[in-house]
Amino acid sequence: MASLVIAEHDNKNLKDATAKTVAAAAQVSTPVHVLVAGSDCGAVADAAAKLGGVEKILVADDAIYAKMVAEPMEKLILSLAGNYDAILAPATTNGKNYMPRVAAKLDVPQISEILKVVSADTFERPIYAGNAIATVQAAPGKKVITVRTTTFKPVESNGSAAIEKVASAGDPGISKFVSEELSKSERPELTSAKIVISGGRGMQSGDNFHMLDKIADKLHAAVGASRAAVDAGFVPNDYQVGQTGKVVAPDLYIAVGISGAIQHLAGMKDSKVIAAINKDEEAPIFQIADYGLVADLFKAIPEMEEELTKLGY
Amino acid sequence: MKVIVPVKRVIDYNVKVRVKADQSGVDLANVKMSMNPFDEISVEEAVRLKEKGKATEVIAVSIGPQQASETIRTALAMGADRGILVKTDGDVEPLAVAKILKAICEAEQPGLVILGKQAIDDDSNQTGQMLAALMGWPQGTFAHKLELGDGTASVEREIDGGLQTVEIKTPAIMTTDLRLNEPRYASLPNIMKAKKKPIDEKSPADYGVDVTPRLKVLKVTEPPKRTAGVKVKTAAELIDKLKNEAGVI
Repeated sequence: MASLVIAEHDNKNLKDATAKTVAAAAQVSTPVHVLVAGSDCGAVADAAAKLGGVEKILVADDAIYAKMVAEPMEKLILSLAGNYDAILAPATTNGKNYMPRVAAKLDVPQISEILKVVSADTFERPIYAGNAIATVQAAPGKKVITVRTTTFKPVESNGSAAIEKVASAGDPGISKFVSEELSKSERPELTSAKIVISGGRGMQSGDNFHMLDKIADKLHAAVGASRAAVDAGFVPNDYQVGQTGKVVAPDLYIAVGISGAIQHLAGMKDSKVIAAINKDEEAPIFQIADYGLVADLFKAIPEMEEELTKLGY
Repeated sequence: MKVIVPVKRVIDYNVKVRVKADQSGVDLANVKMSMNPFDEISVEEAVRLKEKGKATEVIAVSIGPQQASETIRTALAMGADRGILVKTDGDVEPLAVAKILKAICEAEQPGLVILGKQAIDDDSNQTGQMLAALMGWPQGTFAHKLELGDGTASVEREIDGGLQTVEIKTPAIMTTDLRLNEPRYASLPNIMKAKKKPIDEKSPADYGVDVTPRLKVLKVTEPPKRTAGVKVKTAAELIDKLKNEAGVI
């Protein structure tokens, strides 16, 4: 039949996660349609129309979709679900929020955070913080899937899909968006950055994270953190990389003062190259690091910065 | 207002998981099992609501084998009032769990159900949202902070870009994130007291729910292994390797 991908966006920009989810959807069921649910989101629909291999963009433009609140999203997706045999969303905090509601209402299991499409009904997904990979087969019927976007390559922007308006499904009237506090940063987003530098408990304070900011600015990197650093209040929650935070797979991951608990490794072990700086040479992070530096980070980080400056970064 | 807190018995978060040689699953024989860490946060939040006089009764529910009654006892020792064990062996998928919880909600009429945002075994992150949809209730997932109003709840949520606050009508579902609270340790007197609190034993059939898995697990394998690379001596050498050997900066 067809698959429907729910676009991730902020009403202005289409997020990279969408192009990656489309790549997964194309392996499950074609043609692929993309639903852009938002408010004043015309620019997002235009960007989505360029995604390679997408046949149609459905735009639901209504103020109630501005923040993708779960209850109206559920209603909207269900109003369209009849036409599709697979519905996919990126495993962002938005996708994780509304998709299980859709699955429950369709009376089908959700297949969470797929890593790979083995065949149209068989998928690989991580369990136990990625310490095991389950290959699961869905029963015939509709599939509701969230996609771990780090393992799919985005489709190219060479398409020209038709854009079609769809009616708002209305507000169930049981929930409303009140406010949000977003971390402002000039740096790339954690989940799409080519380089990530993360700090752990070893950073000792939030102020010390500015040392990492300086390196990040030179390398156009995003700054992340371990759960320990977030729990200690050094940095906000959206910095957290790990089983229950963000999953990243950059070209280079630099772990600074992070011991390497399995829950943290779950969020970064698919990075292409891992470098670790820790004064404890027994730290488990060194068991998976391509390059390990046993050193006091308060000495090593300024030295790194100096070296990068010397090289013209 | 009653508060229901579902609690799951899972492999302890400190245990190193081993995949079985026959690829049928992970080895759970003789490993330490504990309450799912997110569920501890849920129990704590519910007990605090009771201590503040906002909740009248906290009911801990577990769906699992007989040993899941120990997980319920832990919740009772933390301050929950009574338990319901829905006994079943084998894996129960989130949708089936949500259906059982729906039947329990219909019987108990809670004002709030607080669940962990995910269980650290199957990492599904579905049950709370599914229950909310089946009940037609709103949800405040990945909660960072909860404030109860009159017929409403204001939930501050951890989202990808930072924090978001939603206002939902109660009855409602909330799922907990890591920083909502710090769960207490049960004191010895409370552990003793918990032994006297009632646990009702039920089966999925009592609620008319078929728990047969809908997803077929074909195999469970180990992820690709990474091995330790080289140790460098200085920061300068590290930069050099990253630039000239790995070519990533």
